[in-house]
Amino acid sequence: MPLALKTAASPSDAGGSAPFNYFLHSHGPASAPTLYLGWVLAAICAAVCVLIAGLLAYAIWRRRAASERDVIGDPGRSLRWIGIGTALSTVVLCGLAAYALTVLAEVGAPPRAAALSIAVTGYDWWWRIDYGDGAQRFSTANELHIPVGVPVRVRLDSADVIHAFWVPQLAGKTQMIPGVSNEQWLQADAPGLYRGECTQFCGAQHAHMAFDVIAQSPADFAAWRERQQRGAAPPSPDIAAHSTPSPDIAARPTSSPDIAARPAPSPDMLAQSAPSGADASQRLSIAGQALFMDRCAGCHTVRGSEARGEHGPDLTHLLDRRMLGAGLLTNTAAHRIDWVARVQSYKPGARMPDIALSAADRADLGAYLDTLQ
Amino acid sequence: MPTSPSADRNAPALMRVPERGRADAALKRRLQAIWEAPPGWRGFLSTVDHKTIGLRYLVTAFIFLLLGGVEALLMRVQLAGPNGTLLTPEQYNQLFTMHGVTMIFLYSLPMLSGFSNYLWPLLIGSRDMAFPRLNALSYWVFLFAGLLLYASFSLGAGPDAGWFNYVPFSGREFSPGPNADVYAMGMLLLGVSTTVGSVNFIVTLFRMRAPGMSINRVPILVWGTLTASVANLLAIPAVSLAFFLLWMDRQVGTHFFDVAAGGKPLLWQHLFWIFGHPWVYAVVLPAMGIVSDGLPTFCRRPLVGYSAVALSTMATMLLGFEVWIHHMFATGLPNLALSFFGAASMVISIPSAVTVFAWIATIWLGKPVFKTPFLFFAGFVLLFVMGGVSGVMTAAVPLDWQLNETYFVVAHLHYVLLGINVFPVIGGIHYWFPKFSGRMMHERLGAWSFWVMFIGFNIGFFPMHISGLLGMPRRIYTYAADSGWSTANLVTTLGSFLFAFGILMFIANVVWSWRRGAVAGDNPWQAPTLEWSIPSPPPAYNFAVIPSIESRYPLWEDMLDETPQRSELDEGLLLTQGRETIGSTALDALPDVILKMPGDAYSPFYLALFMTGALVGLLLHAWWLAAAMTLACAASLVCWMWPSASLLQRLPIVVDTEAGGA
Repeated sequence: MPLALKTAASPSDAGGSAPFNYFLHSHGPASAPTLYLGWVLAAICAAVCVLIAGLLAYAIWRRRAASERDVIGDPGRSLRWIGIGTALSTVVLCGLAAYALTVLAEVGAPPRAAALSIAVTGYDWWWRIDYGDGAQRFSTANELHIPVGVPVRVRLDSADVIHAFWVPQLAGKTQMIPGVSNEQWLQADAPGLYRGECTQFCGAQHAHMAFDVIAQSPADFAAWRERQQRGAAPPSPDIAAHSTPSPDIAARPTSSPDIAARPAPSPDMLAQSAPSGADASQRLSIAGQALFMDRCAGCHTVRGSEARGEHGPDLTHLLDRRMLGAGLLTNTAAHRIDWVARVQSYKPGARMPDIALSAADRADLGAYLDTLQ
Repeated sequence: MPTSPSADRNAPALMRVPERGRADAALKRRLQAIWEAPPGWRGFLSTVDHKTIGLRYLVTAFIFLLLGGVEALLMRVQLAGPNGTLLTPEQYNQLFTMHGVTMIFLYSLPMLSGFSNYLWPLLIGSRDMAFPRLNALSYWVFLFAGLLLYASFSLGAGPDAGWFNYVPFSGREFSPGPNADVYAMGMLLLGVSTTVGSVNFIVTLFRMRAPGMSINRVPILVWGTLTASVANLLAIPAVSLAFFLLWMDRQVGTHFFDVAAGGKPLLWQHLFWIFGHPWVYAVVLPAMGIVSDGLPTFCRRPLVGYSAVALSTMATMLLGFEVWIHHMFATGLPNLALSFFGAASMVISIPSAVTVFAWIATIWLGKPVFKTPFLFFAGFVLLFVMGGVSGVMTAAVPLDWQLNETYFVVAHLHYVLLGINVFPVIGGIHYWFPKFSGRMMHERLGAWSFWVMFIGFNIGFFPMHISGLLGMPRRIYTYAADSGWSTANLVTTLGSFLFAFGILMFIANVVWSWRRGAVAGDNPWQAPTLEWSIPSPPPAYNFAVIPSIESRYPLWEDMLDETPQRSELDEGLLLTQGRETIGSTALDALPDVILKMPGDAYSPFYLALFMTGALVGLLLHAWWLAAAMTLACAASLVCWMWPSASLLQRLPIVVDTEAGGA
């Protein structure tokens, strides 16, 4: 069964109508002290502006004796006000500087050792996310999953030009500079979806280089990770495809227990449950797999198959993602095929070319992509 | 008076006691004939008159302001709503890059150079800048650099990697077209223009002041431009080097920034910003000087805290060299290093606070005259503070990790650049227009254009703080409907168009007033400084007699009556044997030497042309052209430097000091 498709209006979408609003929303200790710093600074700066505006207005419009008008003179050489104003400003600035430095110490490093380390690599114009090492290693793209309540270390690299990683409601941003590995930490204290974006001009599609951070309970996160570590089950004739579409899958929320608990399909179970329609879709998905190996495997990896391309996102668990194209389209079957055929009209200049597909090709490839759960 | 102690009557006079006296009509005619440029094309190409050069700078820079403004308005239409389709990403990237390049390099400093070029000799009582031909060169090179950039832009080959042009994106691999090379060549030319201009200002200040105009009597505009000029000399080499290294990487095969071969992208950022930050102070300090000199006129009193303001100008510039890392807080540098630069970036506001309070005190303790220049100067004080405090917010390192590269920074930089450069410039044009043209600008239209500009500016740029706080990144050609940025962007677009309309009103005022404004006398504002003691517009020779100065506000001495001494404006050194002016000592301005000034020359024009030609040759890979142009540059320099008996200044001439000395 295809996995749930998370829509943009998911109930756990933190931030609602302004998902990047970090000034009013912070969901973790990597950004909360900064939130308060921002309020204090904004309040003081606004007060200064109001005060200066008031002083200026009074200075301009205060009453002066009519006899004095237009007469050039120097009635008061008062440096006193400059002294007082400057002294006050200095005290306030020094106080603010000290406060800012304490916040820097607080958010500059995690309070305790990071529970998890994730490597994020910026590409034009998508995000490669690498978890783990050795045999447990897996890659995904454009969507990070993290467990709630623990600091997570993110290592930041770039494959081409300078990008910047930013999840506004969780932490500040850090540049991803080719040749240099930068690092930052983040932590989400509540489960949900947090949106991120590239914030360093990186070329034509800098505007469309977004990503998601999904914070899950430790159990859900462990289940997600375990599922990700498995390769894709190939739709070969030996193992029946498990891609019967189910109508009630459509709006499954983020941390759904039944996904975690769902066992891997065994050949017997599937052979029993597959009606005759599964054979047709199985044929399509096998044809689609061949098409994929021919046209897509040069750039994309599907672990568990022969596709080992490294130029584009890992597609092993494509259906697990909320969005396509680094935050551009929702991940539906129609969008998936449309993306392949017309990527340049959605994201002109993207490194992926439009792939010409006949109607039959579309059906085949679509069926195969539907198996990448 | 005997003119030469030498027995050989044909030998040039190396020592001479110059004539003193009053100027009559015959003398003025003689001076005019000596100083005025030839008519027609000959004069157009060869003039070294600082007033002509100043006006050229003002007009050319203003045209670039308008071009940059059109680029901005196009972007604002694209961003007025989500998923805009007016512009492709490539078009948008060229537009935002050219907008930045134009405003920062082709408008903001050249505009201030225009004011300084025109006014400095008039403010300090001199007949010209120290190096008149160098002055002409700096203008021609600036013009040709701008033409090169815009010609390339019109062919789609203009810079398109952002005005800070980060590597590796602007390197050969990711920007294979000529765009970054065009930017590099343009910047090399502009570096030459600014450097020679800075040299000119510094030497002029320390050499050409009228007798008695000691260093603590010069107007704040002079302090501002002097400080900016010294800073430019130190900062421009960094950016010229950066662009040269980039050009080498791109065209010659070096690997300064090439990551695969061990190059360092961060090197670019350091080199660029160690220039870029001092540069932004260079483009605001002279404008602050305009306000410091203009406010006293419209408050009917001297500036409160002149020394504090002059010292703050220098302190700000000095600190401006110690904060460049605040453009790089998110690059992963160690937090300890960031702490120093963050603290310095907060502390740099303190000298600015001194100046703000000085201005407010000047208004408070003065009697405001509600003319258009005053409106701009007073409005500027508020915009200065608003821009300054948003800068304080970005100086807090952890907060900058959120604010950096969002529209909050765009709001901040526009408040400081428009607020601290454009508003004083427009006010300054209203203020000195009578001196430039002999006519007054239309007062009512001026006031209206101020209010439209002020309100439009705030409606346009204040919401950018909001869209920045809502997480909108910079340099995106469009955004999604669910990002929450649509309203702020729409309001910004509307405000920008209103502001643009105010600029149009101002242009209409200038155009109308140039021919039809009320005739202004020498000093329509009853202003205190020297430029108002000569006719409007000034004659080619500026001062018929070299004045002797006794205070900061020579024309107000009777009214202020601070000391019994009075400046002498009607009687003094005449200096009519060719183009001459007085050179004085660096601090106290005691008369020291008669300076023989060069006349009009074509060599600056040709040198600028050939320099540009050489770089165009490099751009086109036409090596023969580059070589030929370089030879032509050498030839122009030879013509320029060719010794001339009339410029002989080998021995300092002892000037009769009894009338002009302390």
